[in-house]
Amino acid sequence: MSSREEVLARIRAALGDDAGAHVDVARDYARERADAPTGDALLDLLDERLVDYRAHVRRATTDDLADAVAQAVRDGLEGSDAESEPRIVVPSGLPADWTSAIDGDVVIDDGLSVDVLDRCDGVVTAAAVAVAETGTIVLDGSPDQGRRAITLVPDLHVCVVAADQIVTSVPEGVARLDPTRPLTWISGPSATSDIELNRVEGVHGPRTLQVVLVAD
Amino acid sequence: MRIALFATCLADTMFPDVAKATVRLLERLGHEVVFPLEQTCCGQMHVNTGYQREALPLVRRYVDVFEPFDAIVAPSGSCVGSIRHQHATVARNFGDDAVAERAEALAARSFELSELLVDVLGVVDVDAHFPHRVTYHPTCHSLRMLRVGDRPLQLLRAVAGIDLVELPAADECCGFGGTFAMKNADTSTAMLADKMHNVLATHAEFCSASDSSCLMHIGGGLSRLRTGVRTVHLAQILAGTENQPWEVPA
Amino acid sequence: MNESGPFHLGEDPMTPPAPRGVGHLRGDESFQTAARLALANSQLRRNIGKATGTIRAKRADVVGEVDDWEELREAGRALKASTMARLPELLTQLEDQVTAAGGTVHWARDAVEANTIVADVVRATGSDEVVKVKSMATQEIGLNEALADAGITAIETDLAELIVQLGDDAPSHILVPAIHRNRAEIREIFLRKMPGVDADLTDEPRRLAMAARAHLRRKFLSARVGVSGANFAVAETGTLSVVESEGNGRMCLTLPETLITVMGIEKLVPTWQDLEVFLQLLPRSSTGERMNPYTSMWTGVHPGDGPQEVHLVLLDNGRTAALADEVGRQALHCIRCSACLNVCPVYERTGGHAYGSVYPGPIGAILSPLLTGVEDNASLPFASSLCGACYDVCPVKINIPEVLVHLRARHVEERRATRIVPNAEELAMAAAGWVMADPRRYAAAQRAARPGRILAGGRDRIRALPPPLSAWTASRDAPKPPTETFRDWWVRTRGGAGGTA
Repeated sequence: MSSREEVLARIRAALGDDAGAHVDVARDYARERADAPTGDALLDLLDERLVDYRAHVRRATTDDLADAVAQAVRDGLEGSDAESEPRIVVPSGLPADWTSAIDGDVVIDDGLSVDVLDRCDGVVTAAAVAVAETGTIVLDGSPDQGRRAITLVPDLHVCVVAADQIVTSVPEGVARLDPTRPLTWISGPSATSDIELNRVEGVHGPRTLQVVLVAD
Repeated sequence: MRIALFATCLADTMFPDVAKATVRLLERLGHEVVFPLEQTCCGQMHVNTGYQREALPLVRRYVDVFEPFDAIVAPSGSCVGSIRHQHATVARNFGDDAVAERAEALAARSFELSELLVDVLGVVDVDAHFPHRVTYHPTCHSLRMLRVGDRPLQLLRAVAGIDLVELPAADECCGFGGTFAMKNADTSTAMLADKMHNVLATHAEFCSASDSSCLMHIGGGLSRLRTGVRTVHLAQILAGTENQPWEVPA
Repeated sequence: MNESGPFHLGEDPMTPPAPRGVGHLRGDESFQTAARLALANSQLRRNIGKATGTIRAKRADVVGEVDDWEELREAGRALKASTMARLPELLTQLEDQVTAAGGTVHWARDAVEANTIVADVVRATGSDEVVKVKSMATQEIGLNEALADAGITAIETDLAELIVQLGDDAPSHILVPAIHRNRAEIREIFLRKMPGVDADLTDEPRRLAMAARAHLRRKFLSARVGVSGANFAVAETGTLSVVESEGNGRMCLTLPETLITVMGIEKLVPTWQDLEVFLQLLPRSSTGERMNPYTSMWTGVHPGDGPQEVHLVLLDNGRTAALADEVGRQALHCIRCSACLNVCPVYERTGGHAYGSVYPGPIGAILSPLLTGVEDNASLPFASSLCGACYDVCPVKINIPEVLVHLRARHVEERRATRIVPNAEELAMAAAGWVMADPRRYAAAQRAARPGRILAGGRDRIRALPPPLSAWTASRDAPKPPTETFRDWWVRTRGGAGGTA
């Protein structure tokens, strides 16, 4: 018997008469909150929760988005060696005008090697969904977000979130996502609590997360 | 009302005052207490140590002896916990579905003392008088098996003269755990040490609880260290009135 | 009448336990013995007491802000119960989906087979090094040791796992495996074992974390093979996920050309939608956060993004033995949040090593014996005062006290079935049962106990009892038997009117 057949046979033996038994799953938890915030209140909740987990947040409109992104890059690199003439990687599908005000080298990812990515100072992407309650941003690898490596190796991630991408709860977020895509859920910068449960931000992922919330 | 007392083997044998106090309290409140002499033990120690086979006759006995009564009270959260959550399982494990069903029905009529007073008899103020500084350990099985919540504290707050002080980390186990105290004596003692530390921090004269077993454990530690802090069962506090105090022996 | 009860005596060849001699599910000594050493380690007790206290408070805060927490717990429980009942169908569905998405699925009966599969895949890539995401399954099967035997170096990349690996130590907690170490000890380990570490390293947590970042950076960027576990696998879509904090997981899951995921067969959820429950339950129960910093989800191979060769190893290793136990099978619902460890008064004082298995604390006290067979971990079901704090915090409502009591009975029944001569405990329990079963014998025994008063001397309490009761009086006084039992008092004062219905 193959391992596959044997493991499956063991499971059937273990379950006996209980195999296939129907179990009721009550989904009476809140899939959508009756008192869910909307509009500015929803933005405010996401803002507050992002900041709570040490992300930096700035607000923008479509018109001043380029300036906000450039400012987020400057703030994110303040005090680092890359402060002047930073090298910023962007996914191929990111609107070019979003990064037009960045004072530095903007590199479009066309399959850059990890070593090249490692020499980039930051990355600017869009997002797929944001969950306000948990302060979470989800990337799904769409052309304006790019492959996973570009938001992982550089030390600064500037992420642009549009108001219509924000939902209140995790169930609403899950419902909006396509599981066949590579998904990365991000809540604040990388962190560890492994040493005496002291939270230290910034271990292996980007040490700084700058979020630009766009609402007109 | 007519209430059957399940004294529990521990109180019957080692702490008769707790059962006597339960009787005095309920009679003072105008109820009739009966004590079926055929009762022995709920079997909790056997079940919790793995001896369900030995517990089975005890489950059957409890069901046979107490089935005729409308309300049964025991001055022990853990014994009632066993009656309510283990008896039917034990019977069913050995194929005795008939006893299991009777045990389930009986479990619904078996109450820990504070449950009986607050929920069944509807009293909180029992005219008790206990002019001492007391801290209360809520015990794990009362809290997490029976979910008695703050019923004991409601009763204590109504006691005249009492100086009730909150026990830090009250919901943490004292380390008794039945045969755990023997099988894992070192770990049990470490837990007891912290419980005693918290009791002493309250500067109470008495540590109270609704379970003679936990009190035997905590009291044994407090006595060993000559702390001078005594243990007292909730029933003993509630049994005494201003005119007729309940004397708690040293 | 079923004479043996539901206690599954002996090994069922149809559902064998995890094999001996491989992996980390069995300790060298009993819990009692190991705990005694741990209890005497003041440093360990301080470290663990501080850490569990901190995380307990964080968890309570973030759980408290969720109005529908109880509904979520119930949904989590039901989803896992439903998954177990449909496991064959869901596993083959997962296999089909992963395969369709370009992945390769392997099945492993046990630790030995899983280790061989992983080593063979690594060898085929030509690499002699793998980077690893923290994974309970790979610790359970002893993958690192097996890879070392095959000439392959496994590098743990989670900070705590790195501390444990460099310190030549064993993990002591499911979530924070180096919880038993404080900052000074970690600095010492790094200075001694981390190549090229800054000699001026201080014990500030940030400095220590940055030292680990620098140490691992090159490894991540050059790694060709990554090894991970999985927190959840979605049968409907073939999606795997890893929930983490540091970004080391993302590194291992994204940068290497080849990714191998080892996952217990119980880690499934039926549908994509089900993640909406578990992604709320896990982070709040585990790290006490609303959401953990990073969760990665991948479905087979994503062209042009991440590993282009993706393997999934489905592991039994005693899980079907656990599944065969009708009461114990709920232990397979565990999502490894470790909330039960952080509230356990026993774990808080002994730490994780005393449990002898990679699964410590309350969940370990039931899961380890279920995976190995109760007799190979016979002391663990007794390593609990049955206080019930674990059940209250479990995000999928595993009734740990109920399973502990059940496994204790399994142990007793197993011994009864295999030993001719009962031991002292068995004799005492049988005697007590015999006495209690009859009120006349019971009353006689009560009277027989009265001479025990003599042990008190002139005191109110007994300071020393003979063995085995000396285990009690080693640290507590015992009460002196009263001159009159309640029963005798009742008969004396109420004229024997015992009362009938």
